[in-house]
Amino acid sequence: MNEKRVLTGRYFMMGNVACAEGAIAAGCEFTAGYPITPATEIANRLAERLPQVGGGFFQMEDEISAIAAVIGASWAGRKAMTVTSGPGISLMLENIGFAVGVETPCVIVNVQRGAPTTGMPTVGVQGDMVQARRGSHGDYEIIALCPSSPQEMFDHTVIAFNYAETYRTPVFILSDAFVGHMREEVIIPEPEKIRTVYRKIPESGTDPQKIRGFLDEDVAPMPIFGKGFKAHVTSSCHDEYGKRNLIDISALDKFIRKLSNKILKHKEEITIVERDYEGAEIVLVSYGAVARAAATAASQARKEGIPVGTLRLITVWPFPGEEIEKMARKAKQVIVLENNLGQIYPYIKAEAAHFAEVSFLPPRLVGEIQDPEDILRKIREVSK
Amino acid sequence: MSRVEILIGGVGGQGVVLSGILLGTGATLFGGKKAVQTQSYSSELRGGSARAEVIISEEPVSDPQVRRPDILILLAEDALPKYIGRVRPRGLVVIDSDLVKGIQPGEYEILSVPATSIADKEMGNTVVANLIILGALIKRTGLLPVEAMEKAIEMSVPKKAIALNLNAFRRGLQLS
Repeated sequence: MNEKRVLTGRYFMMGNVACAEGAIAAGCEFTAGYPITPATEIANRLAERLPQVGGGFFQMEDEISAIAAVIGASWAGRKAMTVTSGPGISLMLENIGFAVGVETPCVIVNVQRGAPTTGMPTVGVQGDMVQARRGSHGDYEIIALCPSSPQEMFDHTVIAFNYAETYRTPVFILSDAFVGHMREEVIIPEPEKIRTVYRKIPESGTDPQKIRGFLDEDVAPMPIFGKGFKAHVTSSCHDEYGKRNLIDISALDKFIRKLSNKILKHKEEITIVERDYEGAEIVLVSYGAVARAAATAASQARKEGIPVGTLRLITVWPFPGEEIEKMARKAKQVIVLENNLGQIYPYIKAEAAHFAEVSFLPPRLVGEIQDPEDILRKIREVSK
Repeated sequence: MSRVEILIGGVGGQGVVLSGILLGTGATLFGGKKAVQTQSYSSELRGGSARAEVIISEEPVSDPQVRRPDILILLAEDALPKYIGRVRPRGLVVIDSDLVKGIQPGEYEILSVPATSIADKEMGNTVVANLIILGALIKRTGLLPVEAMEKAIEMSVPKKAIALNLNAFRRGLQLS
């Protein structure tokens, strides 16, 4: 318990290790998981480091219990996280819906790998993008960040905790094996330079009957266990007091809308994008490691005199449709790049196609991010 | 050259990934450069195929994937057919000549190092063959300062193995 929580310094660090350090720096105290390639290094690092700072990593019997333990820890007032890959997320989906429904802050790291099914564990693919958004049943919103480097594995994990605590919701880190296993310079700042947020909780001594602990679009204070709040936490449709209602459709409507609006109302402050398309006629839209290949190609194209820009989605969910529209209004051609067969492409096309020609460029081999040479060829083709 | 792409191919247990980490650490923390290291391996820890990729650059590395390696390091025969076709014209191919036999002359330079037999005879441990290769590579190319690599070795290998690894690296510097 005598080690430092924040390992300030400059490192040549693996993305997965940086993710674990980001979690600890953000104040995470509880993690539970079931080891899976390519996310294992995060679990290993947490298992080693968290006990040093008064927290713990729990290896559970499977992913279902891992997410359940994380939800429980969060309700006990701890910042909590689980780490896995696609097959693990598939098992967690039911409880992820539960976490959304009862408004549980937690961070879920998916280091995506070759899929479907058990697929190819060490190859990075952006294959679970829509699963994060639509995997559990029912209408709901989710927040997801897409890091492109080990530095961002650290930075985004801190942001993910802050979003989870601010909006009382599960937040995804959608990394992949390529970025998770990548080593690069990572700078961990001084602790006082890392902004951390903790959820609102009701004032102690509040009459338990009067706590509106749920369904507030501006985020209800969380009546965590152990403080005498006597909250009723139910996955069934409930009102703002947590009281079940299984008969009034208007209660269901409110349950769905308030939960969704809690995210959508704050979409502008949640959304993070990188825009570099001033004066561009062709804009490359991408996220994660693919964005780095796109930036290389755009810079090469500009040297050849072709006005190419980039838009990188850092938060893919909630979907930043307004940002896509703003970009497309100025562009003639939009090229979407993903390391998959086109998962976010339909969402981008729906926003952009009214203003610009939209096309998709898959990688030559799914599992290997687009070659800048191939992107350039596509740029030359559409610029004719 | 502002961007150098290095691909290291071998089998699990040969220190393929460690070699990549040493180059990346030497460049980033002690060589005043930027580097990205990535890797891929099949699920077997030992004996399965292993690959490490390193990009060393004067500027921050944008595209993080090795496309056409300027330097290809082959530590196993199996890696030869997989990667030889990807070498950039006039690139450098470094081989452990005890393990890689089938290489044909081509539009590349070959640096042939009997690393496994030197490691075995002189160090009594074939596991440091990769360090001998790295020494020979640094001597031939001047890719990174020797001190940067030595600091990277001291930082990255277990304490009790530092001397062995440094010896192997320094032995490699005398070759080529």
